[in-house]
Amino acid sequence: MNAIETEKLGKEHRTGFWRKRVCALSQLDLTVAEGEVFGYLGPNGAGKTTTLKLLMGLLRPTSGDARLLGRPLGDVRAKQQIGFLPEQPSFYDYLTGRELLDFFGQLVGLDRSLRRERVERLARQLRIESALELQIRKYSKGMLQRLGLAQALLNDPRLVLLDEPMSGLDPLGRREVRDLLLRLKSEGRTVFFSSHIIPDVEVVCDRVGILVGGRLVAQGPLDEILLARIASIEVTASQVPPEIMGELDHLLVTRPVSRGEQLLLTVRDEGALAELVARLVEAKAAIHAILPHRESLEEYFLRHVEPREV
Amino acid sequence: MTVAAIALNTFREAVRDRILYAILIFALVMLAGSTILVTISVGGEVKIIKDLGLACISIFGTLIAIFLGIGLVSKEIERRTLYTIITKPIHRYQFILGKYLGLVLTLLVNVAVMALGLLGLAYLWEGVSSVRLFLAVLFIFLELMLVTALALLFSAFSSPTLSAIFTLSLFVAGHLSGDLRLFAARFGGAVTKLSAETLYFLLPNLSRLNFKDQAVHGFGVDGGSMGLSFLYAIFHIAALVLAAMAIFERRDFK
Ligand SMILES: Nc1ncnc2c1ncn2[C@@H]1O[C@H](COP(=O)(O)OP(=O)(O)OP(=O)(O)O)[C@@H](O)[C@H]1O
Ligand SMILES: [Mg+2]
Repeated sequence: MNAIETEKLGKEHRTGFWRKRVCALSQLDLTVAEGEVFGYLGPNGAGKTTTLKLLMGLLRPTSGDARLLGRPLGDVRAKQQIGFLPEQPSFYDYLTGRELLDFFGQLVGLDRSLRRERVERLARQLRIESALELQIRKYSKGMLQRLGLAQALLNDPRLVLLDEPMSGLDPLGRREVRDLLLRLKSEGRTVFFSSHIIPDVEVVCDRVGILVGGRLVAQGPLDEILLARIASIEVTASQVPPEIMGELDHLLVTRPVSRGEQLLLTVRDEGALAELVARLVEAKAAIHAILPHRESLEEYFLRHVEPREV
Repeated sequence: MTVAAIALNTFREAVRDRILYAILIFALVMLAGSTILVTISVGGEVKIIKDLGLACISIFGTLIAIFLGIGLVSKEIERRTLYTIITKPIHRYQFILGKYLGLVLTLLVNVAVMALGLLGLAYLWEGVSSVRLFLAVLFIFLELMLVTALALLFSAFSSPTLSAIFTLSLFVAGHLSGDLRLFAARFGGAVTKLSAETLYFLLPNLSRLNFKDQAVHGFGVDGGSMGLSFLYAIFHIAALVLAAMAIFERRDFK
């Protein structure tokens, strides 16, 4: 069974005096298998939060449909097995961390002793033990984020949906969350999380989906998506006779860069590469390395922001 | 268990809110102050103490109901505390019911404190406990439950400020609609009569829940009319809470 299945899921907001339509998400077709860690990537305003809110029943779709753990959206039995961390979580600030987690423990139906045990264990794992007796209004941003992660795991969920779980955390904290995601995966849970930061995603995700302007423009393993479009290829050569440089010029995308003995030549694609290599071999130059440069996620985003681009 | 947990947490929020204590202390000071004043000036007319005491409970109870009621749901949406609540394995209507019962519990405790003060004073004066006084307080409490349900309904779809305006207008209209109907029946033309009648049936008639005069002046109490008023209040409360649930069920949380 798939953990998440959406079919043409879409959301239009109505804003302003004229109730103008704003399309936040359109025609999303997505499947996430059980046990997978799925990274949901996109620039600001792409529709990541909208998607997560739709899946959690905080927003109602204006088109399409989705199922979580095989059940329709908003189903209480499905929610029993789902953990959710909203973007920039905000909690009752008059409670202490322990009181809040205990209250949430009641809502997910844990009995008293189980609540105590889970709260202790999660506080230890997320390193907020010392803050448990502190009122939440005194929490720092990072502590709030950790508390948010703890509450998402209270019910021992099969599926975890996290909206930017690493935001507000320092480098150490980001790494801890990365490790947490890997542990959740090793425990066989499904994780779906949004982010716009590549290194966060690269290490932990089996697959990613890339969302731009409310549309899913790609999904699959991250390196496949980015390698599918090679931005440029770098050729390192030496003993290149200066007289052939003029003939190479039209193949190169940037001016040649010399590094001591060696020369760095950059071409756009495989066709240009073949020609360049042929010329170099012909001129008896030495070729040391050929290195394809995959597109960065930023370049990928940029290319899709203007979809009409040739 | 879910509804109880939400209700108790709402109660806990109120208890940790300074506004509640401010109102409660002010009410008790007013009660004690008026008693002293009455003792000195009028020579201790117990009627005036009862009159002032019931008014005190009614006014301060209404203040609490409106002040805390108008933010009951909208504040949770505004502060985004709702996101981690209704994504837990609960139904949306359980959230509404829990919030409502939590505020009702808060009111119950407050009214009980004020009523104990008043009943105690009356007992000191008269040497007998007054059932009528107790019944009057009970109906004040029913009215507060109704006002809270009104505030809850508005809170489910509008901002605290708008909810306050709506609730206050309906509170005032609810107290006047009975009089207005009588007035129109006596002096108005056909159109006035019809609109006064319509208004009367649309708005909750809060003066039906007023048994203060019976308690203060010792008028006879008609059990039948009291029972009807009780049912009238319960019916309106249920209708308002159900309406709040229905509206909340369809809402988007942005
Ligand atoms: N309540 C709303 N009314 C109107 N438009 C909205 C509303 N909420 C979101 N939008 C629009 O929907 C689009 C998607 O927003 P969303 O919050 O899902 O983006 P996001 O991918 O989570 O961005 P970020 O990385 O900044 O969190 C944006 O263009 C936003 O302006
Ligand atoms: Mg977002």
